[in-house]
Amino acid sequence: MVQSFQEHFDSLIDREVTIEPKDWMPEDYRKTLIRQISQHAHSEVIGMLPEGNWISRAPTLRRKAVLLAKVQDEAGHGLYLYSAAETLGVSRDTLYDQLHSGKAKYSSIFNYPTLTWADMGAIGWLVDGAAIMNQVPLCRTSYGPYARAMVRVCKEESFHQRQGFEIMLTLSKGTGVQKKLAQDAFNRWWWPSLMMFGPPDAESPHTEQSVRWRIKRMTNDELRQKFIDVTVEQAKVLGLYVPDKDLKWNEERGHYDFGTINWDEFREVVKGNGPCNRQRLETRKKAWDEGQWVRDAAMAHAAKRKARKQEAANAA
Amino acid sequence: MKLDYILHLADDALIMGHRLGEWCGHGPILEQDIALTNTSLDHLGRARSLFQYAAEQFNSLTPELKSVQFSSVALQALVSEGKPLDEDDLAFLRDGWDFRNHLLVEQPNNDWAYTVARSFYYDAFNYLFFTELMNSTDTTLASIAEKSLKEVTYHLRWSSEWVVRLGDGTDESHERMQQAINELWMYTGELFDMTETDKAMQAEGIGADLSKIKSLWIDRVAQVMEEATITIPQGKWMQKGGKSGRHTEHLGYILAEMQFMQRAYPGMEW
Repeated sequence: MVQSFQEHFDSLIDREVTIEPKDWMPEDYRKTLIRQISQHAHSEVIGMLPEGNWISRAPTLRRKAVLLAKVQDEAGHGLYLYSAAETLGVSRDTLYDQLHSGKAKYSSIFNYPTLTWADMGAIGWLVDGAAIMNQVPLCRTSYGPYARAMVRVCKEESFHQRQGFEIMLTLSKGTGVQKKLAQDAFNRWWWPSLMMFGPPDAESPHTEQSVRWRIKRMTNDELRQKFIDVTVEQAKVLGLYVPDKDLKWNEERGHYDFGTINWDEFREVVKGNGPCNRQRLETRKKAWDEGQWVRDAAMAHAAKRKARKQEAANAA
Repeated sequence: MKLDYILHLADDALIMGHRLGEWCGHGPILEQDIALTNTSLDHLGRARSLFQYAAEQFNSLTPELKSVQFSSVALQALVSEGKPLDEDDLAFLRDGWDFRNHLLVEQPNNDWAYTVARSFYYDAFNYLFFTELMNSTDTTLASIAEKSLKEVTYHLRWSSEWVVRLGDGTDESHERMQQAINELWMYTGELFDMTETDKAMQAEGIGADLSKIKSLWIDRVAQVMEEATITIPQGKWMQKGGKSGRHTEHLGYILAEMQFMQRAYPGMEW
């Protein structure tokens, strides 16, 4: 039986066989993947900034080293993901241009400020915790290079989540002011963390197709509920109050009911009106622009070396 | 004396690690961001080993000696309560005049060329220094030196390669590299300055002979600069003072930032 490219692709998807870079794929599949993977890569790189803020102010030598290593991991995740995107035929420089011009998005959570040391705990616990919920299903996503990158990313993220929780635990067992730091950070990061799962399913334009392609494996609302159910229990261990007066266990559903998420805020932050959008993007652009002469020098030197080698070979 | 010597090494590692850590998230190339962070982590790891050793040394001093060792109010208070000090007390509660790092390592990152030049001068020194220190009769220092040498060998390769890449890259990078090399040159003399502590430690077989290292350092630096088409600065006038606690203005700002948490929220577990 002769199959069309499309039929062959569909059958791979249906049989849960991974799609590899050289396989034929529908143009929309490629585009959706580039969008999703590059957004994720950008989020890792922008995500270095809020935590990077506190490397110079970490309270102990151990915390300083662990935080530095953690932020470095995020740079590493950015690298794996840009590489995975490159297998789809788009260069890293193109993706950077899209980020710097504001065309490409990144996770909105990184547009919130890190105001105290406790934010290092809250980010690890909540933001990395939410990221893991989002990302674990992607270890089995249909596109091979993406799935393999995600396996590595998730291993490290779960370490990050534990270290964040451990910071919160240390604070919650500490003095009055330390508990206050922990609660304050929890209050500020809770709602934005819930927004990380994206708009409600009814308003999520890409969900259906993405689930079919196994680019997404659970819907936004399913993941959000799962995150809330797990995190509320962890907050109890920490002795922290969940900043949601409508939060209540629903016996019938077997889940926590929760209050209304402020989707207006979410949309504004996505649009660029969050507390740190401009600052984050400008910081990245500055690093990129000020690095131009360094990258030029590296290219020029490599070219000189190559030419000299060629010359030597010709002379021989 | 030995405590001063260990603290000098610890402070160098801490301040250098701190400075390199400032690049995290701001590097010109993602791969280089990662490379610099690795190096920063090596320095911080060495700082921790050395501060732990220094704390051990301090805690075994007599009460009289303890009370005159450091003048910061915060440390004085801990000492008068009879509390033993740990690595974090030494890093975060000492005042600037008790820091013993070289002036070189506290100089600001400025741009990639300055960062590379500072690392290159320091890595070349460290490579030779730790090679010597491996022979220390103090087994703790000898084993820290042995571990550090492996790391520093890589650091020196990295910074040497960048000196060459920038020096022999574009006109702009050449100019920037040459300028950074020139401007940081006057902080290199202190690397070989034998203080009373250095002399005493060398006499006891604990510390390294810095005069022995000096000519090797110049050879190494000259060799890389030649490949980089960079001219070796001729200046003879050198700045010093870091090793005796007289620093540049930069250290105060580093400490104000680095020590903020421990100073603002004293006596807590983090």
